[in-house]
Amino acid sequence: MANNTTHTTEYKVLARILLVLMFLTFVTISVTSLNLGAFSVTVALLIAGVKGFFVLSYFMHLKYENLLLRILVALVFVLFAVIVLITFIDYAYR
Amino acid sequence: MSEEFEKTEYVSYLEHKGKYTGIRSWIYTLDHKRIGLLYLYAIIALFFVGAILGLLMRIELVKPGETIMKPQTYNGVFTVHGIIMIFMVVIPGLSVVFGNFFLPIMIGAKDVAFPKLNRMSWWIYIIGCMLAVASQFMKDGPPDAGWSFYAPYSTTTSTNVIMATFAAFVLGFSSILTGLNFIVTIHQMRAPGMKFMNMPLFAWAIYATSWTQLLATPIVGITLLMLIAERLFGIGFFNPDLGGDPVLFEHLFWIYSHPAVYIMILPALGVITEIIPTFCQKKIYGYKAIAFSSLAIAGVGFLVWGHHMFTSGMSDQARWFFSFLTFLVAVPSAIKVFNWLATMYKGSIDLRPPFLYALSFIFLFTIGGTTGLLLGSVATNVQVHDTAFVVAHFHYIIFGGMGFAFFGAIHYWLPKMYGRMYDMKRATVAWVIIFIGFNLLYFPQFILGIQGMPRRYFDYLPQFQTGQIISTVGGFILITGLVMMVYNLVQGVRKGEIAPANPWHGSTLEWQIPSPPSLENFDEAPVVKENPYDYE
Amino acid sequence: MSEKKVHVEVHRDDEASKLGMWLFIFTELLLFGGLFLVYSVFRAEYPANFHEGSLELSVTIGAINTIALLISSMTVAMALTAIQKDNKKLALALISITLILATVFLINKYVEWGAKFEHGLYPGSPLMKYLDRGHLLYFSLYFFMTGLHALHIIVGMVLLTICLFKVRSGNVNSKSYIHLENGALYWHLVDLIWIFLFPLMYLIN
Repeated sequence: MANNTTHTTEYKVLARILLVLMFLTFVTISVTSLNLGAFSVTVALLIAGVKGFFVLSYFMHLKYENLLLRILVALVFVLFAVIVLITFIDYAYR
Repeated sequence: MSEEFEKTEYVSYLEHKGKYTGIRSWIYTLDHKRIGLLYLYAIIALFFVGAILGLLMRIELVKPGETIMKPQTYNGVFTVHGIIMIFMVVIPGLSVVFGNFFLPIMIGAKDVAFPKLNRMSWWIYIIGCMLAVASQFMKDGPPDAGWSFYAPYSTTTSTNVIMATFAAFVLGFSSILTGLNFIVTIHQMRAPGMKFMNMPLFAWAIYATSWTQLLATPIVGITLLMLIAERLFGIGFFNPDLGGDPVLFEHLFWIYSHPAVYIMILPALGVITEIIPTFCQKKIYGYKAIAFSSLAIAGVGFLVWGHHMFTSGMSDQARWFFSFLTFLVAVPSAIKVFNWLATMYKGSIDLRPPFLYALSFIFLFTIGGTTGLLLGSVATNVQVHDTAFVVAHFHYIIFGGMGFAFFGAIHYWLPKMYGRMYDMKRATVAWVIIFIGFNLLYFPQFILGIQGMPRRYFDYLPQFQTGQIISTVGGFILITGLVMMVYNLVQGVRKGEIAPANPWHGSTLEWQIPSPPSLENFDEAPVVKENPYDYE
Repeated sequence: MSEKKVHVEVHRDDEASKLGMWLFIFTELLLFGGLFLVYSVFRAEYPANFHEGSLELSVTIGAINTIALLISSMTVAMALTAIQKDNKKLALALISITLILATVFLINKYVEWGAKFEHGLYPGSPLMKYLDRGHLLYFSLYFFMTGLHALHIIVGMVLLTICLFKVRSGNVNSKSYIHLENGALYWHLVDLIWIFLFPLMYLIN
């Protein structure tokens, strides 16, 4: 029965992460106004992925949680990605 | 984790007097065992409703043309038969009855992780059932799109589709919360010494099932919402006139509904894995292989959904991919069958009712599984898709598999749950009748299907009539056997002999405690063995 | 003599509680995942139409909403830190700011949707039928996804308001704060979804 074992994240750290996230938001907006053609989706998703990673790791404390939980979170994203990929095996080749 | 085990005094959970009395002590219960029984009673009732609907279909099909109902009625009947059986009986099925009752006990816990959430899961389930019943009687008429609700028919038919799909959405919520509860229970509430690798294999099965319930169900949830939005607002996702794709509905639907069949069968495989070692008085062969094969089935089961769609217009590459993965997912199931047989070899066989159900399970599941391979191969699939062959296949797997495992589980665990024994001879006779009826009902449908008899058709060419008649006769025999079985069990509960704590010389923790169990399962600390299947 | 116990007191297990919330978060991710799947199929089929559709949205309002949500994520995370450090007043202030920012988000959403409705653009509207197919699908996805997301914002606000009252009453304190932790996790999920929704809806090239 484990209680109250959550690590305390300092205010400073949280503020810095916010700055990183705001910066990345700005980058997303600028990058998508350039004409990158088919790559624009990939770049936008990549940056969103990085932002998501920071939210998960620091705001949601995953960086300080046990390995099992981190693996489970990763697996859920992998499952979703695999499902999308497989669906495109149909749509891409019709 | 080091806490002194607090000893308690024995009081049967059925006699415990808590805050509420009478029926409220059941409806407001937080005891996982009572919740398991509440689900059991609902499921048995709904199963018989679904069975009678099936019987009505069989009567209709006994001769070509209109026999007892109009075509529109027939469409409504097979739709509601599917909705009841799939969403209200087989998907919740073994998990909510025996998972609820026995998972905590098998891992040495006094209840699930979130008892209040467990109770809410039951209330949500009942609400979902009521909504589904309502959809039959509201003004636009019973839904007629099949339980699979394919677009564009489901988005355009004038019947009560919204109410029925909303009912399925609500039932899905119940399923998700149950899965969530069981996962946390297994992670957090195992008794000291009960490592993952010391858990009984039924617990492993429930674990794999719970992950599937948790991760797959939301996808059908959102799909049903999209369907409702399509009907209400014409959002266009599945409507080719608006730029959408009906096959996209099929993808989304089967991305859940294929894993759903693993939700149905994994606990069943777990039950068989409990019954066999006990009735062979021999340690299960290949514990690790069976444990990991449950996880493998759950995992790979997410990747095969397109085998329901081989004739829908998918690309060739998609069809190869899904066919290949379908063959792959058969492997872990086969591993289990081999391990069960290896367990039986040189075991001390006890042919009492639970074991009879387990043996017949293996036979019926093998037929269901191998016909699944025939369906999983694209070339043969296109011949039999949407025919009676498919109907036979899934009834062998779901009814012959999960259904027989359910009956086996009830015969195995009833003495523990109620502290009473049932009449073994009558149970055996019922089993014989059920087995004969089942095969007469469904085997001819394989043949009819290959000969070209379509499914979901209320009429047919005269050449199919002989098979249809045999099938209908089988249906009546089957239901006779089922009624006998239930009657015998009820008589056992009411007036059977008092059952000992361990009538079958089982080894897992539920056999260490009295029958029926105490309110919090263990009045003294459970003795956890490293090998859960120790019959010395 | 001594009364033998029939029932053992309920034990608290924060780890179980947190695991339960994470599992629930998984279901929410997959729920939205279904919509993201539909989005990706139709965007791949109608790339130009999706681009044109996104031009109808205000990137400015979208960006403001993104920033609001990011800040609100930080403030609720800070509120947890505050409670862990036994600073009740700061925790209350931070949760309140989170709720205010959430309200800002919803007001913006109301303004955006209102503008669309005024132009006759809403699910099932007569105008929708005259749009190009890709445009219709884009706007259907827009309303469905942002609508479902807004619903989750409301749920998150309810959870955080409950947390606010629990902090005020002392129910949530430096020795027992799992409710706030779980409420915050749910809030971060809502932010996480928006992080993906924003570029996919507003910034299509």
